[in-house]
Amino acid sequence: MLRWALSVLVFLMPTFAAADENFIILQSTTSTQNSGLFTAILPKFEHETGIEVRVVAVGTGQALRNARNGDGDALLVHSKADEEQFVEDGFGIARSDVMYNDFVVVGPSADLANVSDGKSVEDAFSAILGANAKFISRGDDSGTHKAEMRLWALSGYGPTSHSGQWYIETGSGMGATLNMASALGGYTLTDRATWIAFANKGDLKILFEGDAHMFNQYGVIVLNPAVHPAVKSYEAGLFSEWLLGAKGQAEIAEYKVDGQQLFFPNAISR
Amino acid sequence: MTDFGDSLQLAMGLILSGDESLWAIVFLSLKVSLTAVAIAGLIGMPFGAFLAVMRFPGRGALVVVVNALMGLPPVVVGLSVYLMLSASGPFGVLQLLYTPSAMIVAQVLLVLPIVAALSRQVVEELYGEYREQFLSLGVAGLRTIPTLLWEGRFGLMTALLAGVGRAIAEVGAVMIVGGNINHVTRVMTTTIALETSKGDLGMALALGVVLIVLAISINVAMSLAARSSARYAYA
Amino acid sequence: MRDIGHDFLAQSLGKVIPLRSSLPEMTLEGVQYRASNQVQIDIPSLSISGRGISVILGPNGAGKSLLIRLMHGLISPHAGQVTYEGLPVSGKGRARQAMVFQKPVLLRRPVAANLKFALKFGDTPKSQFDDRIGALLELSGLADKKNQAARSLSGGEEQCLALACALARSPKILFLDEPTSSLDPNATHRIEAILHHASVLGVRIVMVSHSMAQAERLADEVLFISGGKLRDRLKVKEFFNGPTSLEAHTFLSGRLVP
Repeated sequence: MLRWALSVLVFLMPTFAAADENFIILQSTTSTQNSGLFTAILPKFEHETGIEVRVVAVGTGQALRNARNGDGDALLVHSKADEEQFVEDGFGIARSDVMYNDFVVVGPSADLANVSDGKSVEDAFSAILGANAKFISRGDDSGTHKAEMRLWALSGYGPTSHSGQWYIETGSGMGATLNMASALGGYTLTDRATWIAFANKGDLKILFEGDAHMFNQYGVIVLNPAVHPAVKSYEAGLFSEWLLGAKGQAEIAEYKVDGQQLFFPNAISR
Repeated sequence: MTDFGDSLQLAMGLILSGDESLWAIVFLSLKVSLTAVAIAGLIGMPFGAFLAVMRFPGRGALVVVVNALMGLPPVVVGLSVYLMLSASGPFGVLQLLYTPSAMIVAQVLLVLPIVAALSRQVVEELYGEYREQFLSLGVAGLRTIPTLLWEGRFGLMTALLAGVGRAIAEVGAVMIVGGNINHVTRVMTTTIALETSKGDLGMALALGVVLIVLAISINVAMSLAARSSARYAYA
Repeated sequence: MRDIGHDFLAQSLGKVIPLRSSLPEMTLEGVQYRASNQVQIDIPSLSISGRGISVILGPNGAGKSLLIRLMHGLISPHAGQVTYEGLPVSGKGRARQAMVFQKPVLLRRPVAANLKFALKFGDTPKSQFDDRIGALLELSGLADKKNQAARSLSGGEEQCLALACALARSPKILFLDEPTSSLDPNATHRIEAILHHASVLGVRIVMVSHSMAQAERLADEVLFISGGKLRDRLKVKEFFNGPTSLEAHTFLSGRLVP
């Protein structure tokens, strides 16, 4: 009995070790992962360089925290101010623009708050506010959440005092938030990529889009080995260069779901 | 709307088609959880028996603590293990984070109290039955433990199955310490969470059905294994 | 009924106990045992030595089971001392003792494995295990069931096995707590035959019995316990002809002893 158990353990041992394999850990966000972008483009990078990119997809706040702890080699999130702070604090070597898309306001097709009639994003948000319509917020300090807060601020109002009434904070990822919007017939702010890839749209539709304030920029950072010596800064650097270079940018542009492009490459060409 | 019937069909299709990526995930789930339960069993069963048989100051308090730890929230365990294994943490040098090994560590911590507490219960009842006879035969103290563990093998198997159930069904711990990395640390429960967050509720439910079928299969397999050695236990 | 061979028993015991007139002593001095704030056992002095079979009789709740457990060191007295061969029975004094309980407690294993277990914790060298197990199986009439699950035996067979396990310890003194109270006459007869022969070979036997008839068949002396105290200790014939204590009288006449 004991011998059997030991031989099983020995058999499984090799699959447990992580060392010696050629990989980097990329801390990124659930929205990027759920869009399917990584599944599409990362194999191309691996094929070229032999470096596997392992994606840990969490909320932006957690990704930044993990990166500060040194639990990763590169960072790809969409919260520019936080990213720049991250580099300034010495945790990252440098930050670069990679790609962008935009945020959209989705809501029930009946649109009782008349969001779709708004001329600007301030109008849209004011309409929701005025109608006391259900609004589902990420409530988790993510890139999307911070963008949402900026947009509320533009319309001159802070909704958090109504938390629990018509303003609902899920503290969850975009998917869970969209699920709730779908189930409750509420409005929410989402990035376009997640929206297009989302499979439970139900009665929800895009009701407002295109305002310049709804621009959503993604950035990539290589972690600083001076802070955490175990960081694979060389391989991470290769990844960053590939992403920002012609090949990576082309792959990003080529990625489509239902014929629609989800991300628009905008790295500064060197 | 998500139709349960549709999901059931989808689940059957997934199982029968031998979908490769699904089986890779199933295999990883089994590897992680069964290994964790095996380790927890090797530690927890003797420890539970020790608690049942030995008397020492503070024993009562220790029993209460072990019982209480059965209710450890998986997400708390996950967070704690993450902090231990993080590059900024005390065991960062081991580079175990985001590997199946980290998931096993977390699940061992989750399952250990269950196995220990239930083992203690089983052995304590047996000990009540055998105590005088053992004393009379000259079997005392720690020497009773191996015998009692073997005598109680059926109750102990139930304890292990309870551990397997807990391990294979939890998502909080493995999500944080494993990172749900595709092809590396993605197991059944984290896949279900992922599909749910993608809004693909039908698929998530189908995977849930597969997970239940998996759990039932494990229980059936262990019962059959036990049946063959049941000859000597009961009339 | 199969005759229990002298040789099997001797072989089962592993050592033949030499015939000596002064054999080891079981002693109780000033022994008291309390439970639920009441004195359950109160025995100022008791000594058991030599050869033979002592049967303990008494009404229900008299403390017979408690007494035998005190003698075997399974429970400790609240006052006084219990020693065997001068050693406390809670420690080394128990080494040369064995006991058969009212309900046999057997391991969930085959018959032969139970005997092996009993031998393991004695001091028989491993090389002799097979021989002794063989003899014990013959003695208990279970030779053809040695691979059967012990728990699947009949009540009588289980108790025979329990007795065999006790004898595997090569005890100098053997305690029994109403061993045949739930057995049929055949099984009872077999057990009594083994006990009789063991006594002849020198094993001191102290047995609680539920049956006066059994006492008359087996005992050399009777210890009558009532209310936790030793009321009478007499040779068996004397006891049944006319005991000295009032309680024993009442007991024998079939009336309830207070």
